[in-house]
Amino acid sequence: MQPIVTVTGLTKQFSNLIAVQHLSFSVYEGDVYGFLGQNGAGKSTTIRMLLSLISPGSGKIEIFGRDLQHHRNEILAQVGAVIEKPDVYKYLSAYENLKLFARLSGIRATETRLMEQLEQVGLASRARDTVKTFSQGMKQRLGIAIALVHDPKLIILDEPTNGLDPQGIADIRNLILHLSRDLKKTVIVSSHLLSEIEQVATRVLIIDKGKKIVEGNALELFDPSQTLVALQTLNQVDALQKMQNSSWAGNLQQQRDTAILLKLDRNRIPQFHRDLVAMDIELISLEVRHSLEDYFLQVTSGNQHVDTYTD
Amino acid sequence: MWTLIQIELFKIFRRPRTYIAFAAITALIGIIQFGLKLDGESYVEFMMRDINSSITVEGKILNGYQVCYIVLQVLLVHVPLLIALVAADMVSGEANMGTLRLMLTKPISRTRFLLAKFMATVAYTLLLLVWLAVMALFVNMLIFGTDDLFLMKSQYVVLLKENDIFWRYVWAFGFAALAMTTVASLGFLFSLFAENSIGPIVATMSVIIFFTILSTLNIPVFNAIKPFLFTTHMIGWKEFFDIRVNDANEAIVGSIQNPDRILRSAIVLVVHIIGFVTAAIWVFRKKDILS
Repeated sequence: MQPIVTVTGLTKQFSNLIAVQHLSFSVYEGDVYGFLGQNGAGKSTTIRMLLSLISPGSGKIEIFGRDLQHHRNEILAQVGAVIEKPDVYKYLSAYENLKLFARLSGIRATETRLMEQLEQVGLASRARDTVKTFSQGMKQRLGIAIALVHDPKLIILDEPTNGLDPQGIADIRNLILHLSRDLKKTVIVSSHLLSEIEQVATRVLIIDKGKKIVEGNALELFDPSQTLVALQTLNQVDALQKMQNSSWAGNLQQQRDTAILLKLDRNRIPQFHRDLVAMDIELISLEVRHSLEDYFLQVTSGNQHVDTYTD
Repeated sequence: MWTLIQIELFKIFRRPRTYIAFAAITALIGIIQFGLKLDGESYVEFMMRDINSSITVEGKILNGYQVCYIVLQVLLVHVPLLIALVAADMVSGEANMGTLRLMLTKPISRTRFLLAKFMATVAYTLLLLVWLAVMALFVNMLIFGTDDLFLMKSQYVVLLKENDIFWRYVWAFGFAALAMTTVASLGFLFSLFAENSIGPIVATMSVIIFFTILSTLNIPVFNAIKPFLFTTHMIGWKEFFDIRVNDANEAIVGSIQNPDRILRSAIVLVVHIIGFVTAAIWVFRKKDILS
C-alpha cells in the first residue's frame, strides 16, 4: 500500500531549541494515525510543518506522493485541519464562517450543503448565531465542519479534545471513528493523552523531545497479552512476599511506585483476582493499565507526571 | 484573487472596529460644520484681521470650498491613525484571533493571500477618503454654498475662481488617497511582526510622528534625507491649490504652480508603497506561523 504521508528526516530548530529531530514516519490510506507525546514533544511543530505553516529546517514531506514544498496548494486542497484551538471569526455566524472557509477551499457550496455540514456537527440550530456566543465545544465542532467542508481525503486534528468536557471528548472520538470507518478518510490525530489515542488509532507514533520513540500498529502496541496490572493492598510488603512465593512471581515487574505491578495476559486477570483472595491478600484496588501507557511513561519525559496519566 | 479580495472586504466591513473611522470623521467634520455655521463670521474676521487693511475681498469667504480646505488641513493629520486602526490589524488581528493558521491551511499561496489583504486595505482606505470627500466637500457645499476660494499661505494669498476649484479638490483627494495608502502599507508591514494590533498601530504612528518631526525640523543635517521621507510628501495635496500667474500677475485658470513637485511627491509615495508591500511579502513568505 502506498503511503499518503511520508515524512523523511524532518528537523526544525527555533533559536537554541531543537523542536523536531530527524523525524521519519509514514501514514497509509485509511489509517487513524495517533500522534502521541508529552506537551512540548514536537507534535504541533510537526503538524504545522505538514500543513506548511512552519517551514522545515531540513527533511522532506510528501503528501499524496507529491512534495509539499513544490505542490503546496494542490495538496492542501485535499487536506482538512483543526489546529489546537478551533479559532474562527467571532463576529461572524457559524454559517458565514463555514461559507467563507468553503470558498477559501475552492468550493462554492450551496446553502443546503452548508446547512447539512452544520447539521452533521450538531450546529444547524445555531447556524445564524455569531460565534462569540458559542461554547468551546461548539467552536470545536464548527472547526471540524470547516475542516470537512471541502470533503478532504486527509484530515489532521491537532489536540482536538483540548478544553472539551467529557461529552465533547466522546463526540470527537465518535466523529474520528465515523470519518475513518464510514467515510474512509485518513486521519492524523495528535494528543498528549494516551487514553484518547488508544481508543481511535490504528497506528501510533510516539515522539519525545522531537525524536521518534516508536511507531507501529496500535494492536501490537496495545498488546492485551502484556497488560499491566497495579495493585494496592493494606500491607504491600506482605502482599509482595506472598506473590513472590506464588505462581505469579514471573509476572512481577520492577516496582517503581506505591503499587505492586504485574504484567499478564488480560484473560488471566479473573484467575489472578481469585488467587489474591486465596492468598489472603487484603486488596484495596486492582487497576488495569495498558502496557503502552507504562511504556509511554518510561520512554517519554513524563515519569514525573505519572499521576496525570494513571488517574 | 477576486474571491480572496471579496472575502477580505467582507471581513473588514463586518467588524465593528471598521466603522470607528467613519464615525470619527463624521463627528469631527460635524463639529467643525456646527461651529462654523454658528460662528463662522467671527472665524473669518479673525483670519482676515492682519490683511483687512491692504486687501478687500468681495463675496462669501466662508463657503463650502473654504470649509473643506479647513477640514482637510485639520483632519488629514489625524486620518493616518484611523487608517492604521485597520491596516495594522490586517495580519496581526488574524494572528491574535487564531484565524491566521486556519486561513493558511487553505490552498492559497501566501503571496496571493497577502496581496488580497493589501488590496482590501487599499479599498478601505479609498472608501474612507471618499467618505471624507462626501462629508468635507459635498456636504459643506450644500450647507455653506460655493464661491471663490481665498487661501492665506505663509508668504502670499491665493484667490481661486469658483469654476476653477472643484477639479483641484478631486485631484487633492486622489493625492491624499495615495498618501494614506502609504500609511496603510506601512501599518500593513508592521502587522506581520505582532500577534495583536496595538503594537503595529503604535509603531505606525510613531514612525509617522518621528518622520514628520524630521521633515519639519529646519536643521541642515536633516535636509539631505527629507526628500526621501514619505511624510515630507504627504501634504503634497496642497500643491493643487497653488496657481501660476501671468506677467500681469493675474491667476491662470486651470494651472498648477509646481506640477513637477506633485509628480515627484507621488513617485516617492508610490516607491514607498511598493517597498513596504514587497518587504511584507518577503517576510510573510518565510514566516513560521506559530500563533
